Amino acid sequence: MSVPPAVRATGLVKRFGALTAVDGLDLVLERGTCLALLGPNGAGKTTTIEMLEGLQRPDAGEIEILGRAWASDPDGIRERIGVQLQETRLTEKVTVHETLRLFRSFYREGRDLAEVLEVVGLTDKRNARVETLSGGQHQRLSLACALVSRPELLFLDEPTTGLDPQARRRVWEIVEGFKNAGGTVLLTTHYMEEAERLADDVVIVDAGKIIAHGSPAAVIGSLQAESIVEIHPKDGSGDRLLDAALLALPGVGEVRREGSSLTLVVTDTQASVGALLGHLTTVGVELESLRTHSPTLEDVFVALTGKHLRDG
Amino acid sequence: MDNLLPRWSELLELTRHRTLAFLRQPEGVFWVFAFPIVLAAVLGFAFQGGEPAPSRVGILGDAGGWIARLEADPRIELVRFSTREDADRRLAGGHIDALVLAADPPELRLDPARAEAEVARLRVLVAVGEIDQDRLAIEPVTERGARYVDFLFPGLLGMSLMGTGLWSIGFSVADMRQRKVLKRFLVTPMRRSSFLASFLSARMVYLAAELFLITGFGVWVLGVPLRSSLLEFTAICVLGAVAFSAIGLLVASRAKTIEGISGLMNLVIVPMWLGSGVFFSYERFPEAIHPLLRLLPLTAFNDALRAAMIDGAGLAQLLPELGMLIAWTVVPFVVGLKIFRWV
Repeated sequence: MSVPPAVRATGLVKRFGALTAVDGLDLVLERGTCLALLGPNGAGKTTTIEMLEGLQRPDAGEIEILGRAWASDPDGIRERIGVQLQETRLTEKVTVHETLRLFRSFYREGRDLAEVLEVVGLTDKRNARVETLSGGQHQRLSLACALVSRPELLFLDEPTTGLDPQARRRVWEIVEGFKNAGGTVLLTTHYMEEAERLADDVVIVDAGKIIAHGSPAAVIGSLQAESIVEIHPKDGSGDRLLDAALLALPGVGEVRREGSSLTLVVTDTQASVGALLGHLTTVGVELESLRTHSPTLEDVFVALTGKHLRDG
Repeated sequence: MDNLLPRWSELLELTRHRTLAFLRQPEGVFWVFAFPIVLAAVLGFAFQGGEPAPSRVGILGDAGGWIARLEADPRIELVRFSTREDADRRLAGGHIDALVLAADPPELRLDPARAEAEVARLRVLVAVGEIDQDRLAIEPVTERGARYVDFLFPGLLGMSLMGTGLWSIGFSVADMRQRKVLKRFLVTPMRRSSFLASFLSARMVYLAAELFLITGFGVWVLGVPLRSSLLEFTAICVLGAVAFSAIGLLVASRAKTIEGISGLMNLVIVPMWLGSGVFFSYERFPEAIHPLLRLLPLTAFNDALRAAMIDGAGLAQLLPELGMLIAWTVVPFVVGLKIFRWV
């Protein structure tokens, strides 16, 4: 008998009044892998992860966590998952160690508290009150509370939102450590780098539906672009650039406008940029700036939806 | 199905967590332990026996032999005025309790609606010999249990146990809901029954301290009697504390914010401060509403505490009050649990 996947969700639907927050979503997360749910605010990421965590009941669809159903074995699931919610503020007046000790008491089995503190790098802070922790330390304590039971599956809802880059990297290292030890992770994020660094697979969600799915490389590859070229013409002169003319340049696959700037998806950077510069001179457009970068998940998202991930 | 019985290990941790979080909040500790003692001290000493304050009686003009007799009476403090306007103004402002106008016959001006004015009238009449005090034997009451402070103290105790019960649960639950900690607990295997029971057990920890400190202050410092057995008195306090915990749970069962819970709490607390006989007997309200006032949990609690402390009543004599407290435990708890918002 094969081991059931860590998460199997089929046909998940969740409605809030007239709004369909999650609209027929299917997910399979194999053990020992990391899946990132990627999407802008309001895409249905949190609703999805909360349904998987058993906090919200789907209006339709099936959920199986580690081969168990919420309806028949809720505590069997809760004993085996670790969860970090968005925006939990732990009790301020108690210490790091006391907080962890409380969470440890909820589980039948778990880890030594000193070990968990070591893993999240809070050994020095064990007797500090929660109110004295920085944002990054608070977030690591929150991770520790999720790890204290030695979970098989970790749910992280926007684990690094609001953290500075250094604090963010420390969180990533902890998650990578958990993964390397064989753990399974499902996280939501709207940070591209986070998904590209941590996830084996990404699922891009928009308006409650999956619009792309695969490894970060495969998803980016689906764009069939070598690079992304952004140009900012000096004020007003961008009007002289016609989409049709730009698309006729060698290697230019797509043109998007945003305010006065233009973004070109190109398959042959050298040929395209050379031809583009010639064209700009011909039509008399002066540039404020020109930038090229390798395509990212953000570009895939923009290409698929016309929206940016961080748009509200 | 959730397991209905709490699990000891987590109940112990949750209780510890609650208690630590509370004790480390100096303002909470002040309101729960120090404030009732300060209040009892201020009111207790203010109303504790001793010489009654003299009446302030104004006098205008030459009232002949009256002045000497009024001056000679230690219960009267005479204030002389030279103009009628000035005297009337002081009377209207309550600076003097009565005003004697020298005339034939002398005139006594006062506001009959003020109790102090009636006292001043009597004292003036006694002082000028209009009432013969010797024809009536007067025996001053100094017995413990009959002073105002003896009436007041059980009411203050009831009030502060109510406050702690309501706030310690209501505030914490709303706070934990707002901080998403409640939601965070829900994704663990923590039993909901452990969570709820931890509020009660933490409440019992505070109660032990409150009983010792507040009752101790009343009995040892203010000399309020405690005539029932200590065990029965404690049992009444536990019943009351549990009832207000249940009410606190009900009040907090839906509130999403601290602001919301504060408004609801005041809605529950303020009517009982006034109507449940804390500072004065609720029998001063019209008789028609007495049955309603007796339905309030704090009325039942205060009546029971007073009967136990002052009259030495035992549990058997307090069945109606205790029954009321039990009803106020069961109904709010069941309803509160039913409508409780976990997420």
